[in-house]
Amino acid sequence: MTDTTADLKVEDLARSFGHVRALRGVSFTVAPGEVLAIFGPNGAGKTTLLRLLAGVLRADRGSVRIAGSALLRGDPAQRRRIGLISHASLCYDGLTAAENLEFYARLYGLAAPREAAARALDSVGLADRASSPAGTMSRGMQQRLAIARALLHEPEIVLLDEPFTGLDQRAAGALREQLGRLRAERRTVVIVTHNLDEGLELATHVAIQVAGRFVECAPRAGDPAWYRARYAEATAHA
Amino acid sequence: MPSAVRGALIIASKDLLLEFRSRTAFLSSLAFTALVLAIFNFARDPTVTSAADLAPGILWITFCFAGLLGLNRAFALERENRTLEGLLLSPVSRSSIYLGKAFANLVFVGLVEAVALPLFALFFAVPVTPVLGPLLGVMALATVGFVAVGTLLSAIAVSTRFAELMLPVLMLPFLVPPITSAVQVTSRLFAGRPFSELAPWLKLLGGYDIVVVVTALLIFEFTLDE
Repeated sequence: MTDTTADLKVEDLARSFGHVRALRGVSFTVAPGEVLAIFGPNGAGKTTLLRLLAGVLRADRGSVRIAGSALLRGDPAQRRRIGLISHASLCYDGLTAAENLEFYARLYGLAAPREAAARALDSVGLADRASSPAGTMSRGMQQRLAIARALLHEPEIVLLDEPFTGLDQRAAGALREQLGRLRAERRTVVIVTHNLDEGLELATHVAIQVAGRFVECAPRAGDPAWYRARYAEATAHA
Repeated sequence: MPSAVRGALIIASKDLLLEFRSRTAFLSSLAFTALVLAIFNFARDPTVTSAADLAPGILWITFCFAGLLGLNRAFALERENRTLEGLLLSPVSRSSIYLGKAFANLVFVGLVEAVALPLFALFFAVPVTPVLGPLLGVMALATVGFVAVGTLLSAIAVSTRFAELMLPVLMLPFLVPPITSAVQVTSRLFAGRPFSELAPWLKLLGGYDIVVVVTALLIFEFTLDE
């Protein structure tokens, strides 16, 4: 059986956009089976951090290591280990759900793209919408399609950016189920959100990010009320 | 098949399927082509300027602007739902993304030219058939350079606020060498001039293609950086 576990180690990661310092030296480690939930207000640099972890952005400083190997943007094998679920579906409105997933399955070099796409659609409850153009789907369905796309190639590291935004209860439940499965399979999961309740329910580790820095990063302990108070305190002057 | 080419073909097939579904850029380019040729044809006074003198320039201006409509779309469609990020996340090299976009653009511009050439022959009554082989060769050479530079610049233009306006502004200076050469070769072909008169322009076209393709492959990676 293929090993689907890898740890993620981040050291002193920093990135600026012009004069704006989006990320000011963030370090953490996430082991297989752990779910790190990063909370922070808008503009804290959470999305920038995820895009750096995904290898889409180049860091000004610092490093990202997956199972001990540095994440190099030019290395396709490293990118194969990462799945990103972001605000946008990353799917083409003009292609059907199945065509979108087949396209990505081919890009990832999966052996049977059509079958892989069908399996992925089934796993998010979209098998009956396989031939619907992605552009005609509701926000919740598009988010489920995005989940299927991100997990299509069975990544070891799964990165989620505000995954519950715009989801109805059914879609949110399906996502929680998927995340539970990922945790059971000992995948490494990083989730960024400003929804404390959703994040705490899934997290094994919690970080609070404010103005491009972690002000808290530790294994989850204590009740949600403590985290709410800590978050309110940390973001009071943000 | 090398993985870079395989990735490029997957991306090109996807782009062509999307264009085939919508036909937006293709139909716009064809309408533009027919209009330009018709306007030039009726605006020309045949007693003052012969068709043979004007035709090569009009042919290449038409190809150039009709092709620009398609090039604009190459990266614009990747803005939808941030699909460019999906390509960047996937295990294909950035060169593959460039090549895929260039392949799709080459097919697109080639199809526009395939429809435009008979229309051009019809409107301007230029003897295209006797020189069809060499003319297609010149079209292929010029189109490769046009698409190579256009694909690179459309990747740069797409991240600007007025992408549709920026592409022609960025691209037209780079098109002076290939379009000038193509016009010179085409006019000499129509005039039945010997190959020795075409050779320097063909060399310029070939050299331009090599320089542009190599440069684009080298620097494309950086055009996608934020």
